Amino acid sequence: MTGPARTPQATRSDAKPRTLVEKIWDDHVVATQTGAPDVLAIDLHLVHEVTSPQAFTGLRQRRLTVRHPERTVATADHSVPTTPRSLPILDDLARAQVDQLTTNCREFGIPLHGLGDPAQGIVHVIGPQLGLTQPGMTIVCGDSHTSTHGAFGALAFGIGTSEVEMVLATQCLLQRRPKTFEVRVDGRVAPGVTAKDIILALLAEIGIGGGTGHVFEYRGEAIRALTMEQRMTICNMSIEGGARAGLIAPDDATVAYVEGRQHAPKGRAWDDAVQAWRRLPSDDGAAFDRSVTLDAAALEPMVTYGTNPGMGLPISASIPDPDSLADGTQKRALEHALAYMDLRPNEPILGQKVDVVFIGSCTNGRISDLRLAAAALKGRKVAAGVRMLVVPGSDEVKREAEAEGLDEVFRAAGADWREAGCSMCIAMNGDQLAPGQVAVSTSNRNFEGRQGKGGRTFLASPLTAAASAIAGAVADPRRLAGIEAIAGLGGR
Amino acid sequence: MPERYETFTSRVIPLAAENVDTDQIVPARYLKITDKAGLSDALFHDWRFDADGAVKVPAFVLDQPEMAGRRILLAGDNFGCGSSREHAPWALVSWGIQAVITTSCADIFRGNSLKNGLLPILVDPEEHRQLFERVAGDPDVELTVDLEAQVVHLPGDEDLPFDVDPFSKLILLRGTDELGYLLGQAPAISAWEAAHPARVDTRPGP
Repeated sequence: MTGPARTPQATRSDAKPRTLVEKIWDDHVVATQTGAPDVLAIDLHLVHEVTSPQAFTGLRQRRLTVRHPERTVATADHSVPTTPRSLPILDDLARAQVDQLTTNCREFGIPLHGLGDPAQGIVHVIGPQLGLTQPGMTIVCGDSHTSTHGAFGALAFGIGTSEVEMVLATQCLLQRRPKTFEVRVDGRVAPGVTAKDIILALLAEIGIGGGTGHVFEYRGEAIRALTMEQRMTICNMSIEGGARAGLIAPDDATVAYVEGRQHAPKGRAWDDAVQAWRRLPSDDGAAFDRSVTLDAAALEPMVTYGTNPGMGLPISASIPDPDSLADGTQKRALEHALAYMDLRPNEPILGQKVDVVFIGSCTNGRISDLRLAAAALKGRKVAAGVRMLVVPGSDEVKREAEAEGLDEVFRAAGADWREAGCSMCIAMNGDQLAPGQVAVSTSNRNFEGRQGKGGRTFLASPLTAAASAIAGAVADPRRLAGIEAIAGLGGR
Repeated sequence: MPERYETFTSRVIPLAAENVDTDQIVPARYLKITDKAGLSDALFHDWRFDADGAVKVPAFVLDQPEMAGRRILLAGDNFGCGSSREHAPWALVSWGIQAVITTSCADIFRGNSLKNGLLPILVDPEEHRQLFERVAGDPDVELTVDLEAQVVHLPGDEDLPFDVDPFSKLILLRGTDELGYLLGQAPAISAWEAAHPARVDTRPGP
């Protein structure tokens, strides 16, 4: 039987008020020894083909088994092609990696949702979809965007391959308690401004290293108003602010999303679980180590102009001028970024020419993201000369989109409708920019070469990406006819 | 398993860029491996090589002839941000780097480095600025990294103390690894698991 049976200490009236993160931490400490990090129990371990092979090799060398294969689940996502599944994987290295994952899962008894399995997809899309991701859990994966699962009020963070091996062998990790960072987003966003814009605005505010050593907790009216999929978009990019994890306290929306999913608790266990989840939100008066507040009503759609996700701008703004900065590393970094991006200071970001539009990734590859993009594209065409790639985050998202006819909308607009995977977000599978090409991408990283060597990336929301595909240049989705109706389609 | 982390002396590779992400340290297309071989060729690949695979002119700092054999990387703030790929420290270590001196490191990169015999040494911004100046003025200046004493020795009897997590320090000095320690916790793990039922079962249901 599954389901949490512990009694949270938060109910003690004499207890010090605790944050959501502190409660989850306390619930999972196996052992504490002076001078050593805590031994932290891990509830769910997600595995994919790229960061796991060396961990399994390590297990074999030490003659170890996987302690809890039934708390582990694997999928192939990073290096898989998004061409029809009837075609073979042409890249020998990628095929060997996917085959190795299959071998490893079979040998160690780990459930695998590989290519052709109806539950295959990006690891951070399928976890929530299958009901594996639940509030109050500790969740890890050899992938920095594991922070996505924080949307459910789970402590979820990326780990390296050595740690993958540790979790496989012991279902535990050695961890120091992180500091906490409250991110409060008050008010409500305007139509055309999305969860992606909120997180890009936060990153522009605090910078790419602003959350190092901390775990974010997103709070406030604008966060509460978000659907679960929108919350996942926000938590997903916590790592781009340097925070390994970012959480949102569970509420009715969380419970409604999890209920009835394949691996969610059932019957009596469900009732017990929900009762425990209701005690997770940070106590009144709980102290955070740091805090920042954003005003949602003041936000515009955001676009990045530089070579890290913290280099973002409101879409009506102009590209910053290095000459406005004092001499130093900041100025040199801006000059370097603008040179790489081939952008000129003080020009508007609006109207910058675009070659490729990518909709997908663990940030924005869910059904509500595709609905938004399709609504913006319906009855319109992708501009001549622009290649648009739409890659569903999972096979289930693909089936759902096809049942709703979204694939037809994309195809009719001139976009390419693909199979599920990480695709052009990480450009390991052949979906990539050519040197010098410019993309508007709904993914999470605009690092140099991230989407293909020499490629240039503007990060933006699915709405902004779709508007830009139509215009053939960076475009403001708020100027699309019928934006109020379109923006209302992001529900769920 | 890493070797014991011994005190060593080396000249310095200066890399002033801030926010050096792990996609620069090892581009993603080099992650399609199932072992750790060949990563020193992938290290900073796109900063080192032209489209046709030739070393860039002027050469990236790593490829400058006088940098050969240097084991200390002096890097800008927030080094190793981005992806969790452990390939980044694997590549640095296979190149021969044993310490990265900077003002801050990304959390995941720092953890990965400490598990692979790569020591992140964090100094304050003023000390960092002075170190860069020192290396600019005397590119062949030799530093000695003494983990046991937690100091970087500079010529002229200057010592730069640094903090390190005591547990990570012990692991590095002994050349052991965390997995061995965790395996030793098996009784505590079993006791904890007996009192805490699994929250989820990943096996396909009936």
